[in-house]
Amino acid sequence: MATSTPTRDAYAPPPRGSQHTPADARRQTWRSRLWRFDDKASPYAYIAPFFLVFGAFGLYPLVYTGWIALHRVEMTGMNQMEWVGWDNFDRILHDSEFWTAVSNTFLIGVMSTVPQLLVALGLAHLLNYKLRASTFWRTVVLTPYATSVASAALVFALVFRADGGLLNWALHFVGLGDTNWANGHWTSKIAISVIVIWRWTGYNTLIYLAAMQAVPSDLYEAASLDGASRWQQFRKVTIPSLRPTILFTIVISTIGSMQLFGEPLLLEGGTLGATGGNENQYETLSVYLYNYGWNLGHLGPAAAVAWAMLALLLIIAAVNWLIGRFVRTSAV
Amino acid sequence: MRITRTVAGRSRRVAVLATTGLTASALLLTGCSSDDSDSNESSEANGKITLTVADFGQFGYKEAGLFAKYHELHPNITVKEDTTADEKVYYPKLLQQLNSGSGLADVQGLEVGRIKELVDTKADQFADLSKVIDVNEFVSWKEKQATTADGKVIGAGTDIGPMSLCYNTELFKKAGLPTDRKEVAAKISGGWEDYLKLGEEFKKKAPAGTYFMDSASAMYNAVVSSNAKQYYDESGKAVYKDSPSVQQGWNLAAEAADKKLTQGLAQFSDPWKAALRKSTMATVVCPAWMAGQISVNAGDANKGKWDITTAPGATAANWGGSFLGVPKAGKNVDEATKLVKWLTAPEQQAAVFKAIGSFPSNKGAYELPDVKTATLPYFNDAPIGQIYADEAKSIPETILGPKDAAIKDTISTQINNMEQRGTKPDDAWEAATKAIDKVIG
Repeated sequence: MATSTPTRDAYAPPPRGSQHTPADARRQTWRSRLWRFDDKASPYAYIAPFFLVFGAFGLYPLVYTGWIALHRVEMTGMNQMEWVGWDNFDRILHDSEFWTAVSNTFLIGVMSTVPQLLVALGLAHLLNYKLRASTFWRTVVLTPYATSVASAALVFALVFRADGGLLNWALHFVGLGDTNWANGHWTSKIAISVIVIWRWTGYNTLIYLAAMQAVPSDLYEAASLDGASRWQQFRKVTIPSLRPTILFTIVISTIGSMQLFGEPLLLEGGTLGATGGNENQYETLSVYLYNYGWNLGHLGPAAAVAWAMLALLLIIAAVNWLIGRFVRTSAV
Repeated sequence: MRITRTVAGRSRRVAVLATTGLTASALLLTGCSSDDSDSNESSEANGKITLTVADFGQFGYKEAGLFAKYHELHPNITVKEDTTADEKVYYPKLLQQLNSGSGLADVQGLEVGRIKELVDTKADQFADLSKVIDVNEFVSWKEKQATTADGKVIGAGTDIGPMSLCYNTELFKKAGLPTDRKEVAAKISGGWEDYLKLGEEFKKKAPAGTYFMDSASAMYNAVVSSNAKQYYDESGKAVYKDSPSVQQGWNLAAEAADKKLTQGLAQFSDPWKAALRKSTMATVVCPAWMAGQISVNAGDANKGKWDITTAPGATAANWGGSFLGVPKAGKNVDEATKLVKWLTAPEQQAAVFKAIGSFPSNKGAYELPDVKTATLPYFNDAPIGQIYADEAKSIPETILGPKDAAIKDTISTQINNMEQRGTKPDDAWEAATKAIDKVIG
C-alpha cells in the first residue's frame, strides 16, 4: 500500500530535556516500543469490526449450514441432530425437482439479465447526454430499485393474473386475452423476468452511467475529430471503456438471479408460490430451498441446497473469470 | 457530451442521489426485518397485563367482540391479537419461535392438520390444559387429538368443520334439478358416487360456462375426511399409498376431472372468489366456516340464491378446526390459560359461531339459542345450527399423522393439475407420491 503520508516511524518524538537520565532512557525505549506496537497493531484493530461482523453473520452461518447439511435435522426438533454424512446431498442431487429448479434459475437468470443489461446500457447512454433536469431523470431511473420486492411482486401479480389481470385485459383488445401467465412454463418465466427487469434496470443504469462519466472526454473529442458518428463513438469508445464495469454488472446480476426468491414466491402466493407453481414451472433454487426447509421442515436437505448453490456460484465465477481473462487478452 | 453544471447544482444532485440511496437501503432493510417486533411485551408495573393471542385466518374473536368483553370482565387485562392470514406462513414461524423460545405469544392458535406433529414433538413446551378445561365438554374426538400419550392436553378446541353441501339453487333450477334441501339430500344420500351422477345430470342442461363443482380437491378432501383412516395408521406409519379412503377420493376426483364436472379452481384463490361472484359453480363442499366464505365472496347480489344441505353419504366429515395452546415460555402462563378456558367455553364459542360461522367444538354450545336455532338468511334461511349439529354427531374419530396438512396440500395440487392441465391420473399420482415422500422425509 503506497501512501503519501509518512508512516509513524518517520516521526521521532523530540527529546524533552537536555539531560538524559537512565530512567529517561528506559521510558524512551518503553515509549518507542509502544509506538511500534501501536503502529503494527492498530491497523488490525481498525479492520477488526469487519471481521467480527463477518465472522458472526457470514462465516459462522456458512460453516454451520455446512454442518447441518451433513445431519438429519427437523424443524420440529432442532436440538436433535443425527449424522447422515452425504445423504442429504445425495437426496437433492437425485431429486428431479432440484434439477428443474436449477434449469429454471438459469433460464430466468438469462431471460432477465440479458435484456436488463442491454436496456441499462442504452438508458445510461441517453442519460449521459446533456439533458434538461438530468438529476430528475437519474432519480426516476432508480425509483423501481427503491421499491421492496414484495410490493413489486404483488403489483405485478395483479398485472399477470389470468382472470381480470391488467395485461390480459390489455391483450384482450388484440384478441389474445386468455393467457394464464403463471400456469405456463414459458409465460411464468417471462412474467418473473419482467418483474426482475423492472426492478434492477435502473440500478445497473446508474452503475454504467458512473462508468461512462469516467471515460476521458478527449477520447470522444478525438473520435469526433476523426469523423466518428455517435453510434460509432458508443461502440468504439464507450463499450470498450466500460468492459470491466459490464463484467462487474454481469457478476452482480448472476449472483442476484441465483438468489431470486421473492418474485417467484409471490407471483401466485400460497402453496403454489412455495413450490414454484403446480408443476414447479417457475421454481428457483431459493424457492426450492425455502420449500424444503420451511414448508416441509427438513433442514438437512435445505442446507445441502444452500451449499449446492454456493458451489454453482463458484463455478459461474470461475467461468466468468476465464471469460474476463480471455476478453482482456483479446482486447489488447 | 459532458454535462456541465454549477457547484450548487452538483451538491444538490449529490443530495438527491444520497437521499435516494438512503431511502433505497432503508426500504431494503425494513423490507427484510420481520414484523414480530413486540408481540412478546406483556406485564407492566401497575398490575396491568397485556395478553397476546397469535392466530391465523379467521378465529372470529375480534368479530364477536370477545377481547373487548374480556377486558370489561377483567379491567387489568388487555388482549391483543396478532393474526397471520395464511396458516402456511404462520406454522413455520411458530416452529421457529418454539425452537428459539422467543417471540411467542401468550396464546397460540394451532391448526388441526399440525396438531399431531406438535403433540409428538413440542408437547413439553406447552402448558398442560387438562386440569383447566373439561375435555368431556368437547365433541368426543376433539381433545383426544391434542392429547399426548401420557395424558397431557396441549390445546383447547376452538371450532370444528362438520361438512355439508352448499348449492346454488338458481343454477340447479336452470339445470332442471330439485332445489329443496331434502330432495337434494335424498338424491345424494348414497354417497359421493351419487354426487357425481347428480353432476352429470346437471351438466346435461346446465347453462354454458357453469360447472357442477368448484374443485375436485375439495371433494377429495371431503371423501378422505369422512373416514377414520386417512394418511397414517395407528402406529404412526404413513400408509396413504394403500389407504382405501385416499384411493376412493383420488378415483372420484379423477372421474370428476375426466368428465369435466369441475371448474378446477384452487380454493380461496382470486379466480375462485371471482367465480363465486359470477355464480359459475353450482356446488361447494361446505364445512361450517365455508358458508361464511361463500357469502362474503359471492356478495350481496347472490343473497338467497344459495342453500345448504347434508353432505353425500351417511358418515359426515370434518374439515378444519383449530386449538388454542399456551406456550410455557410466555410471561403470563396462568392468565393465558384462564383466557383460553374462557374463549373455548360454550357461550364464547356460540358468539363466534354467530359472528363468523365457525362451528363450536364445545358440546355445551349446541344447546344455546345462538347455535340451536341459528339460520342463515344468505342461504335461504337454512337451519345451519341444526344441520351442522347433526353432522357433528356422525364425524368419525380420525387417526391423525404429523404431516396430514402437507400431504393433503400436495395431493390437492396434483388433483388441480388433472382438472386444469389434463394431466393423466397415473402421472399425477406418481408426481404426488414423489412429492409426499419428500414431505415425509
